[in-house]
Amino acid sequence: MRRLLIAGAVAAAAVVAICLGLMFAQLRSGGAGGSARIPAKFELIDQNGRTVREKDLLDKPTVVFFGYTFCPDACPTTLARLTVLMKALGPEADRLNVAFITVDPARDTPRQLKQYLSAFDPRIQGLTGSDAAVATAAKEYSVFYQKAPLPGGGYSMDHSTAVYLVDRKRGFFEIVPPDEPQDEQLQALKRLLGVQRA
Amino acid sequence: MTTFPRRALLASAMLAGLGLSAPAVARDRPAGAIRVSDAWCPPTPPGAPTAAGYLTVSNQGREADRLLGGSSPVAAQVQLHSMTTQGQVMRMRPLTEGLAIAPGATARIQPGGGMHLMLIGLNRPLKAGERASVTLDFARAGKVQVEFLVRPQGEAAASMHMGPHEHMDHMDMGGGR
Repeated sequence: MRRLLIAGAVAAAAVVAICLGLMFAQLRSGGAGGSARIPAKFELIDQNGRTVREKDLLDKPTVVFFGYTFCPDACPTTLARLTVLMKALGPEADRLNVAFITVDPARDTPRQLKQYLSAFDPRIQGLTGSDAAVATAAKEYSVFYQKAPLPGGGYSMDHSTAVYLVDRKRGFFEIVPPDEPQDEQLQALKRLLGVQRA
Repeated sequence: MTTFPRRALLASAMLAGLGLSAPAVARDRPAGAIRVSDAWCPPTPPGAPTAAGYLTVSNQGREADRLLGGSSPVAAQVQLHSMTTQGQVMRMRPLTEGLAIAPGATARIQPGGGMHLMLIGLNRPLKAGERASVTLDFARAGKVQVEFLVRPQGEAAASMHMGPHEHMDHMDMGGGR
């Protein structure tokens, strides 16, 4: 039984990895092609305890990435980068919904997210929820995550680090690698804003 | 030996006598065959349970050594981890065997380099400009105390951060300096 479960988990992870790979291949090489699919049917809680559904996010072009506050480098770096990009966009950034969705809801309570996000652009929403709610949201974005034990009883989370740009009409618009040069990321956000305007 | 190091030693001793630590201590810390330089941590957001630590370790001795981990008064644990990214999925794993540093080799543990030191269970946020004391644990050299400077990463460094293409190959294990 246990072996079956592990095999299942490995297979599921492989499927997600393949899907991600395909999405990257399509979106990044094809430029502003987009895929018609949009994330649907999730319900999370923001850092102020408010319910946020997919349609609340999609009322503006959205910038979404998954991470967790226990993460020492990738996640704070991406949050810092988004803060810089939003500053560069100025008031235009008000026309975006920018969300940081935790892959570690057990530790990332709304309160923890609120405290942590106070170091970054105040327009960034921190989203958490039950394990099931987070799993649903991650599935909608084809995001992979998995707990990995650390010595001393703690754990880290393996997770997809990409930043997803989603437009309610055109679905997944672009997937931005977090390590891409800042100016290219800025151009991607501008493309996202332009599409929404048309 | 010229008089310069001796004078520096004297100055350190005087500073120590005054209860101050020499400000340059984080930059170059000789500890027998092991030399640690450019030890730094990015500042942490409020409530962050962890911090990353980066450093350069040179083994100037004739025997191989191994960085195992460390300890710090600002955190419950200090661990050495590998970071790999495949298909945009980032994975952090403990380096259970530590990091081997051959005689004459230099290991650069830096953003995007596939490794970090991780301070787990921070007592308080790390603020830019302050120093965090970490005692590194080496298999041969034993305990080496290093002051990590807390500083923002800087845009030049940020552009090479978290590169999915950058892994262990960035380490200069081949010798030189």
